[in-house]
Amino acid sequence: MFKIVRRQEMTGGTVILNEIEAPLIAKKARPGQFVILKANENGERIPLTMADSDPEKGTITIIYMVVGKSTALFRDLQVGDSYQDVIGPLGKATHLEKVGKVICVGGGTGVAVLHPITRGLKEIGNDVTCIIGARTKDLLILEDEMKKASHDLRVCTDDGTYGHHGFVTQVMQEVLDAGDVKLVVAIGPVPMMKAVSKITKDYNVPTMVSLNPIMVDGTGMCGGCRVTIGGETKFACVDGPEFDGHQVDFDELMMRLQAYQEDERDSHQHYCTIRDAK
Amino acid sequence: MADIAGKTQKNPRVPMPEQEPKVRARNFLEVPTGYTMKMAQEEAARCLQCKKPGCVTGCPVGVDIPGFIDLIVQGDMSGAIRHLWKMNALPAVCGRVCPQEIQCEGQCIVGKKGQPVAIGNLERFCADYEREHGTGELPPKQPSTGKKVAVVGSGPSGLTVAGDLIVKGHDVTIYEAFHKPGGVLVYGIPEFRLPKAIVAQEVNFLERLGVKVECNAVVGRTVSLDELFAEGYEAIYVGVGAGLPKFMNLPGENLVGILSANEYLTRANLMKAYQFPDVDTPIPHGKNVVVLGAGNVAMDSARTAMRLGAETVKIVYRRSRDEMPARKAEIHHAEEEGIEMCLLTNPTRYLGNEKGRLTGMECLRMELGEPDASGRRRPVPIKGSEFQVDCDLCIVAVGSGANPLLTSETSDMQLNKWGYVVTDPATGKTTKKGVWAGGDIVTGAATVILAMGAGRQAADSIHNYLTLGW
Ligand SMILES: Cc1cc2nc3c(=O)[nH]c(=O)nc-3n(C[C@H](O)[C@H](O)[C@H](O)COP(=O)(O)OP(=O)(O)OC[C@H]3O[C@@H](n4cnc5c(N)ncnc54)[C@H](O)[C@@H]3O)c2cc1C
Ligand SMILES: Cc1cc2nc3c(=O)[nH]c(=O)nc-3n(C[C@H](O)[C@H](O)[C@H](O)COP(=O)(O)OP(=O)(O)OC[C@H]3O[C@@H](n4cnc5c(N)ncnc54)[C@H](O)[C@@H]3O)c2cc1C
Ligand code: SF4
Ligand code: SF4
Ligand code: FES
Repeated sequence: MFKIVRRQEMTGGTVILNEIEAPLIAKKARPGQFVILKANENGERIPLTMADSDPEKGTITIIYMVVGKSTALFRDLQVGDSYQDVIGPLGKATHLEKVGKVICVGGGTGVAVLHPITRGLKEIGNDVTCIIGARTKDLLILEDEMKKASHDLRVCTDDGTYGHHGFVTQVMQEVLDAGDVKLVVAIGPVPMMKAVSKITKDYNVPTMVSLNPIMVDGTGMCGGCRVTIGGETKFACVDGPEFDGHQVDFDELMMRLQAYQEDERDSHQHYCTIRDAK
Repeated sequence: MADIAGKTQKNPRVPMPEQEPKVRARNFLEVPTGYTMKMAQEEAARCLQCKKPGCVTGCPVGVDIPGFIDLIVQGDMSGAIRHLWKMNALPAVCGRVCPQEIQCEGQCIVGKKGQPVAIGNLERFCADYEREHGTGELPPKQPSTGKKVAVVGSGPSGLTVAGDLIVKGHDVTIYEAFHKPGGVLVYGIPEFRLPKAIVAQEVNFLERLGVKVECNAVVGRTVSLDELFAEGYEAIYVGVGAGLPKFMNLPGENLVGILSANEYLTRANLMKAYQFPDVDTPIPHGKNVVVLGAGNVAMDSARTAMRLGAETVKIVYRRSRDEMPARKAEIHHAEEEGIEMCLLTNPTRYLGNEKGRLTGMECLRMELGEPDASGRRRPVPIKGSEFQVDCDLCIVAVGSGANPLLTSETSDMQLNKWGYVVTDPATGKTTKKGVWAGGDIVTGAATVILAMGAGRQAADSIHNYLTLGW
């Protein structure tokens, strides 16, 4: 059992942070790696990136958006409750290197995944500009943390309620135009990563994205997480989750993410009906 | 199995009752329902108690078959199971899944003229009888040696090692990557062929003996072999199976609706997705399902698809019936349940719609040509024979390879060119000191009983090492 020791609601309860006791995983976790969690006996195995880990305390932190049945179930867990299963650390760690000027672009809960990577890139001496975005001001997360983790933070909202009015890609283009950017890291919704990669390709700037296909085991055993990278099939759980954004077939990924859409909707409704009846 | 040869004869074997094909094709309950005591004794009486029993030479672990069968005849069920356990730690499993027709039963003298003694059924009966009526008494254990052994992987091979070493007095911990122990027995082989409660009970038996089971431990990630040594383990057994799905590398393979058998069966068995939405893991429900391959894994996938409500299920296989690698009983059961065999048929590409979903596949008809290196006649495509098969779900069951997750993190353990672990065939020792390996990660995908045999051999060698030295 993996006990929740801290719980925080963000953006009015649509994004949740859990700090969980998992000493073995905390000892090994590196930025960019993920865990698979299962709430109870009948639960689904859900992959979530570690937003932080504390080897001394023996805890890991996840930040997730409530989108369907399983994440709704996670949201109901309070401090003192436990996840039945937490497996990890899985996936390859981010390759952190000193290259010079770097842009980190985050959208939605992707910002949580981006946070440890941004911090790591800064710590080893890169000049890090960070651009984070959300649909509207209330959905922004980790603004203070990202400010600390980078040299320069730019914020965008689609509706202009805060920061720059518009998409992260527009701000990114301005920074790229200023020149000298050696690396872009983009993590967020698939359409955002696709748009970022398309632009950086024109600028010929290496771009790393983190992919989130549907997974089961997370150990390379089922092939459910397969993605096409430069025309070749890769398993995101062991070969990734980070890949060269210029090589990713984003359209295929988007279609594969819809595989269980109807089932998921029915299942979520089923869960809410039962829960609300209680 | 009852009509395995379809012969009528004077002394037929006692058939095991089973659910009607029409009924069972839509439920997940076990297909054969088991002998009664009377049936078992009647079947046991067919054994001639050979002085030089062929059946024993056919069994990879040399179970004393006439010995345990004689105890059934005498009605000594407690004696029979204890006799079986001497050579086989998991008779409830082997009785159900061993390919008996090419092993023990294939060598039975009674089978020369008619149907062989139903050894598998009898083995299963002993184990089931013990589970339902036994005292649950544990076997005696040697005094503690204080030596710690780690077993990586909880499939049949790891379970065997753990069981053997715990009774020899060692301190054994199993590390399993999944959230439940049992390996292929829980995630691969379906409920209707091997009820999961049986596997759980076998694991529970080991736990009562003192074996510790650490699930959610991905060795190579959560902890490495060297870290296990640093924690005080003196020997490690690697039994991680052959868990790498093979695909066919055909155009369109990443369309939605194409799953490896590993994924499909894991969703169905381990995650119990057939109970969705009462459990949270979904599984695709195909209307028209194609399964590629013709081994046990393919049969299990096809029969699962039928149970999940498919209208048609086709096995597509490029060779002919004689070459199908599945157990005869499974092929027979599958056909009874309405699964079509499309033999001498080879898929060439997948077809999809604008949403990226599978709608069908293109296949070629094959004919048998000259024998290849394996002595089997090689299938060759018939020119211009392309045709389309409509399907909305395709399960790829064309074999599996060595999963590199652990082995790639263990640089001082030698692998062969396919990524399997190299071991000393007599002991199971790897090239890394203090590490043994066995089962599918050494042989490639094989059988439950071979994985158990390798485990037993390694356990003996580990015991020697812990008491005498490497
Ligand atoms: C390696 C990895 C790391 C991830 N890290 C995070 C993270 O740090 N924070 C976070 O909020 N989410 C993360 N995700 C996504 C998260 O796993 C999914 O949001 C979650 O599985 C949804 O489960 P659900 O049952 O609540 O929703 P479902 O009912 O299963 O899905 C609801 C909606 O989400 C979509 N969806 C389903 N699975 C995924 C998926 N794997 N990724 C994206 N969308 C999906 C579906 O298409 C559907 O529209 C990560 C995914 C992967 C593979
Ligand atoms: C669908 C299917 C049907 C089959 N039907 C039959 C049949 O009818 N008869 C028969 O004799 N054989 C059958 N087989 C084959 C048989 O199941 C295998 O040969 C046998 O299970 C191999 O045993 P094993 O102990 O070597 O490995 P497995 O049973 O594969 O167990 C390996 C275990 O190790 C775990 N593991 C892997 N990597 C790690 C890691 N890094 N850290 C920790 N744990 C890890 C896995 O999760 C798994 O639990 C079938 C196989 C399948 C897939
Ligand atoms: S273990 Fe398998 S091969 Fe050996 S006797 Fe039992 S069923 Fe036959
Ligand atoms: S070969 Fe057949 S008849 Fe002879 S001992 Fe074995 S099971 Fe009995
Ligand atoms: S999640 Fe199963 S192979 Fe990646």
